[in-house]
Amino acid sequence: MAVDISNIDKIIDKYGLQQKGLIPTLLDIQSEYHYLPAEAIERVSERMNVPMIQVYQVASFYKVFSLEPRGKHIITVCMGTACHVRGSGMLVDQISRVLDIQPGETTRDMQFTLEEVNCLGACALGPVMVIDGKYYGKMTVNKVEKTISKYMEKEEVVDE
Amino acid sequence: MSNATADIRLALEDLRSELIAAYDSTRPCITVCAGTGCCASGALDVKAALDKEVEQQGVDLKVDLKITGCRGFCEQGPLVAILPENILYTKVKSTDAAQIVSKTIVAGELIDKLLYKDPVTGEKLVHEHDIPFYKEQHRVLLHDSGAIDPTSINDYLIVGGYKALAKALLTMSPDEIIAEVKQSGLGGRGGAGFPTARKWELCRKSPGDEKYVIVNADEGDPGAFQDRSLIEANPHSVLEGFIIGAYAIGANQGFIYIRHEYPLAVERIKIAIEAAREQGLLGENILGSGFDFDVTVQLGAGAFVCGEETALMASIEGYVGEPHARPPYPAQSGLWGKPTNINNVKTWATVPYIINKGAAWYSQMGTDNSKGTTIFSLVGKINNTGLVEVPMGISLRDLIEKIGGGSPSDKKLKAVQTGGPSGGCIPERLWDVPVDYDSLRELGSIMGSGGMIVMDESTCMVDIARYFLNFSRFESCGKCTACREGVQRMYEILDYITRGYGQEGDIDVLEDLCASIKAGSLCGLGQTAPNPVLTTIKYFREEYEAHIREKTCPAGVCKELITFYILEDKCTGCSLCARYCGDQAISGEKGSPYVIDSDKCKRCGVCREVCNFDAVVVR
Repeated sequence: MAVDISNIDKIIDKYGLQQKGLIPTLLDIQSEYHYLPAEAIERVSERMNVPMIQVYQVASFYKVFSLEPRGKHIITVCMGTACHVRGSGMLVDQISRVLDIQPGETTRDMQFTLEEVNCLGACALGPVMVIDGKYYGKMTVNKVEKTISKYMEKEEVVDE
Repeated sequence: MSNATADIRLALEDLRSELIAAYDSTRPCITVCAGTGCCASGALDVKAALDKEVEQQGVDLKVDLKITGCRGFCEQGPLVAILPENILYTKVKSTDAAQIVSKTIVAGELIDKLLYKDPVTGEKLVHEHDIPFYKEQHRVLLHDSGAIDPTSINDYLIVGGYKALAKALLTMSPDEIIAEVKQSGLGGRGGAGFPTARKWELCRKSPGDEKYVIVNADEGDPGAFQDRSLIEANPHSVLEGFIIGAYAIGANQGFIYIRHEYPLAVERIKIAIEAAREQGLLGENILGSGFDFDVTVQLGAGAFVCGEETALMASIEGYVGEPHARPPYPAQSGLWGKPTNINNVKTWATVPYIINKGAAWYSQMGTDNSKGTTIFSLVGKINNTGLVEVPMGISLRDLIEKIGGGSPSDKKLKAVQTGGPSGGCIPERLWDVPVDYDSLRELGSIMGSGGMIVMDESTCMVDIARYFLNFSRFESCGKCTACREGVQRMYEILDYITRGYGQEGDIDVLEDLCASIKAGSLCGLGQTAPNPVLTTIKYFREEYEAHIREKTCPAGVCKELITFYILEDKCTGCSLCARYCGDQAISGEKGSPYVIDSDKCKRCGVCREVCNFDAVVVR
């Protein structure tokens, strides 16, 4: 997605130009582009009059921000304690094997990004895997490949 | 009280009376639980299907249909309750919608297969209050959670919402409110249990006209979701307590700091704020009392340390979430250097109940030093995963075995972890202690925000310690050397141990490091990060020794120390495991037992999962 500076400006203006608007602004940019494009970070620094190093500091400190473009589909595996004791580590290993990427990485064709999250608070369903916002509860290792393959074949996924 | 005040108060009461008059409690109502847990298991599809059926079967004039917040019994979701009888249907699918309408609503019959079956007695239970999971609880904060639509302020008004606000703002002085809260004995529900009234008092007495209040909803502990659930289910109760507190403290601006990982809770609190503004419960001159107060929702961006109050404030100001040394305390110098008061979601939500029912009512629940009720999320290897509210002082055993329903398998339960990465593991033999701030601290754990993770024989305690340290090393903000470097070193030692490279003396080094990190860290994260290691060493030393000396993992978890085998006498030679194995490590001929080549095996566990005959075991 090309970065439209006027769009970035719109987001910046929403939160005023003070320091306290920095994180909300970056969150909005992240949710629109799924990462923080370098152009956007520069623009934020310039418009909000916050030194670039500080914008990067915030962008790299908080886990939600990504400085790299991410895949079309985001696979998130909950690593909360409840999911951990029910085997979420094995899920991550299996997804890594199927897609040949490590957590935090994106497949070369830019289709999938694999992420770990601390806790989604859906502990009763553990272990939980989320693809593009759809929750797959009580996941097992042997269902991983089949579930991911649904997102490989079709553009739109129809809910079961 | 001026006349204008009386008028406005009347307006709120008029609206309430109107709503109550129009509300027919005998009218059938289908409620669908729409907390994150039930939504993830398909509750919204169930709701859509019910909508359709109600219309198609032509009963839309006879029955109401609405969503509610989390009912807490997440394991059994999606949950559907039929009022007024309070029939509870569990694990409901969209395909059940037609029957629910035609049988239960129209014909008044129960649907047997949707009723909850008691795993102990095998008996089918009809009502929510018959189920042991609910029977043993004492629900105060969660009382209305399953009854009201969290997106409707009218529902909240019908159950008496904002009565406490009117009482506090119009008939009580700030000092009287603080005195009432002090008498109730309410302690901070974020985990430390610091007396709420004292915190308020400090902030109120700090010089300055500009003060801030904050709701800490940055519930970062893995395995804890009670704050999320409470906001999703009853956002107005949090808001009401928040406004009362702000008035008592003398703050005109408030922030609700909430994790971005909780989109549903964010949405619901925003809807609640909007509705409260429309009713004049937020904004200028609230209920004609002359008190102005408004609220901003601020999203957390995924940093566990921001649950610490000074880090949280840095984050609201737009900086990286690094804690700073206290004093000065936030009550003296908080947000932008102004006096600030931060409390947890549950603490704020308790306030309206104390104002309505009085301090004496509240303080009769709980123990001498820990008053009231608290909410736990009971998760892990347990039958009834979900959210439970109990009086302080209940024993861990009652909580886990009576309410939680014990182990879901034939494996023995061995420990419970409380307090997340800051807490510790308590072994089964000590489960008779009461749950309160002091007892848990004595055992080396903490109450924390309320996560309780139950573990059984198949959980490796060294792996659990490693898991929490892995969490803490990434979440350490890096400011204090002891925490940044020490936690990393501890993780490395634990990682070596779980991989079979542990050496004699490792346990001593770990204990040394724990002491140094506790002493050398500014904030709670570093001071408590060693707790999972200390408690697992204290109570499960033999598991550490097995890893270090015998290079075995008694629980069969640590990959490098285990081998997968196929039991010859159980294997039917169906070849299923071999077909699923991604490493071509399983071979054999159909009809005769298969064999795993342990050199090729990556120990992913697929074979054990797919085997229908329990023939794959770990040694």
